[in-house]
Amino acid sequence: MSDHYPALVLLAPLFGALVIGLFGLRDHRVCLPVVISALGVSLLAAISLVLGVSSGGPIDYFVAGWKEPIGIGIQLRADAINTPLLVVIAIVALLAGIFSIRPAAERDSEKTPYFYVLFLLLCVGLFGITITADAFNVFVLIEVTALSSYGLVAIGHSKRGKVAAFHYLIMGTVGASFYLLGVGYLYLKLGSLNMQDIHAILASDDALADSRAIRTAFVFILVGIWTKMAFFPLHGWLPNAYSYSPSGSAALLAPLVTKVSVYVMVRMMVSVFGLDRLEANVEWGHFVVWLAIIAIAAGSTMALAQREIKKMLCCLIVAEVGYMVGGAWLGDPQRWGLTGTVFHILADALMTSCLFLAAGIFAKWLGALKLEDLSGLFRKMPLTAAGFVVGGLAIIGVPPTCGFYSKFYLIRGCIESGQWTYVVALLASSLVNAVLFFRIFEIAYFGKKTADSHGGDHGQDHESEPIVRLEPPLHTLIPLLVAAALLVLLGLFNGPVVEFIRTGLIETDAVVSTGR
Amino acid sequence: MQPFFQEAVIPHFNFWIYVIIMMVGLWSVIAKNNLIKKLIGLSIFQTAILLLYVSLGVKEGATIPVLDHHALTESSPTESSEGPGKKAHAINPDHYANPLPHVLMLTAIVVGVATLGVALALTQMIYKDFGTIEEDEVLNQIKALHDDV
Repeated sequence: MSDHYPALVLLAPLFGALVIGLFGLRDHRVCLPVVISALGVSLLAAISLVLGVSSGGPIDYFVAGWKEPIGIGIQLRADAINTPLLVVIAIVALLAGIFSIRPAAERDSEKTPYFYVLFLLLCVGLFGITITADAFNVFVLIEVTALSSYGLVAIGHSKRGKVAAFHYLIMGTVGASFYLLGVGYLYLKLGSLNMQDIHAILASDDALADSRAIRTAFVFILVGIWTKMAFFPLHGWLPNAYSYSPSGSAALLAPLVTKVSVYVMVRMMVSVFGLDRLEANVEWGHFVVWLAIIAIAAGSTMALAQREIKKMLCCLIVAEVGYMVGGAWLGDPQRWGLTGTVFHILADALMTSCLFLAAGIFAKWLGALKLEDLSGLFRKMPLTAAGFVVGGLAIIGVPPTCGFYSKFYLIRGCIESGQWTYVVALLASSLVNAVLFFRIFEIAYFGKKTADSHGGDHGQDHESEPIVRLEPPLHTLIPLLVAAALLVLLGLFNGPVVEFIRTGLIETDAVVSTGR
Repeated sequence: MQPFFQEAVIPHFNFWIYVIIMMVGLWSVIAKNNLIKKLIGLSIFQTAILLLYVSLGVKEGATIPVLDHHALTESSPTESSEGPGKKAHAINPDHYANPLPHVLMLTAIVVGVATLGVALALTQMIYKDFGTIEEDEVLNQIKALHDDV
């Protein structure tokens, strides 16, 4: 059984989606237990993989025993870079799953089984992208993820959500097609789709690896992945898609989809094209770091201009993607930048999850969509407000939350590689985040006056009445508090996690560089 | 011009064709206002990539990769076509088209069909909500829309 953990991570949600599709339509009560147990199995399998990798190194798994390179073998590979991400995906999905359960009487409750089928299929796609070791399978799983997320964006009542989903579909499909094209060029030149094979061939033949076709392939793959992760000039689909989707979908999509795309980029850099190859072309790294700086600046500026909570958070995601892309391309020899990126993928998934869960609660139980609507939040919902504050502090990067440590490692990477502009961009963006969140905290704490000007109904009603506790029901509150607690825990225990990732990165690099 | 054609265009004409078709699709995605026309463009765009892959598997004078019974040994032609350096087998891989790109494209076709299905369903929902599938009219209506999240 323990040999099959890599497959189990994937198969549990796939099977769960099937069960919900078969039985959930008749009885909605099936949904929640199935979702929790399926993702619970994935979580346990992912944790066992972490333990297995930390004791015995990377784990290879060949689906149905078809070993590469006989035709299309499907290889799954768990190593130090992707197993922590698997755990985080499972946790965030579990939180979002519990958060989105609706009592049978509520509006939209008839959509519950459809929602959860898409939800679990999305998880299958995310787990698959993370664990697969085959460049073509990444494409297929990206599309599995994308198709379910189009559905999840459009499933609500919002008219805008449908248009946003349509635009997301166009952008997403073009992005995935570019990725496919890049993989096609790789196959054309190298005759292999297995990531390790590709790397071994590239490492053994310098002339081939520097050829124009391989570079073109890399650029196509990067552009495709950047579209998927909403890297700045290609981010157009993200703010609308995530802010007009239902809260439950946003709590799953916003934290995970972009982060997993960043992971794909890291994977392509580390175990397909190889870091030494990228270091040989330093100017590429500088170029991408500059793009990342622009992305950070643009994301932060757009976030300042937003008046809606979810829109603001979406713009922050654009800035965070800039952090991660920039960090991955710093190219410092000690790999602190790359380590920071991988750690930031984990941290940002949890932070975004925490904030979007809170935003979902505001939208549903306060009807609060704009920043001004949050006045008096601390009196009405002290616990929710506490969770939101922790999420906000993590995004700003206040210790001991994990946001501080991920930025710390990123900046360490910058300093070692001498990319000072990137340091400035990171710190300036943290300041902007501080401005953004303390503005919200101020409104939430002292916001009686601002409530008069905009949409003040809520604020005024509760001023005249005795203060009513509007704390949301437990099944929505607990995920938020768990996410907030995890932010602090991941921050406090960042040492072992970072060490695990960094040794894994250096080993992967060393192993693939010498060939298999 | 003549050497350019002989060196770059004629030996690689499949690339030229796929790039042209792909750009036609991309242009339609970007420039067309009608959502259905955008989707047609998207399909053309995806199909161009399918054509690229399919053309990779072609070999001159090769046949379909189905082995005769008497020629069947423990190895398949796919394995020997995987790359240089593999030892020669009783079966000459040059006699068979490479089936792997075709198999991959079966998957990609399925993905494309699913994408198109989702996209058409979304278009239908947009038509129900807005009464039009012209993008500028939809966007104008959205501007006038109050938040209904």
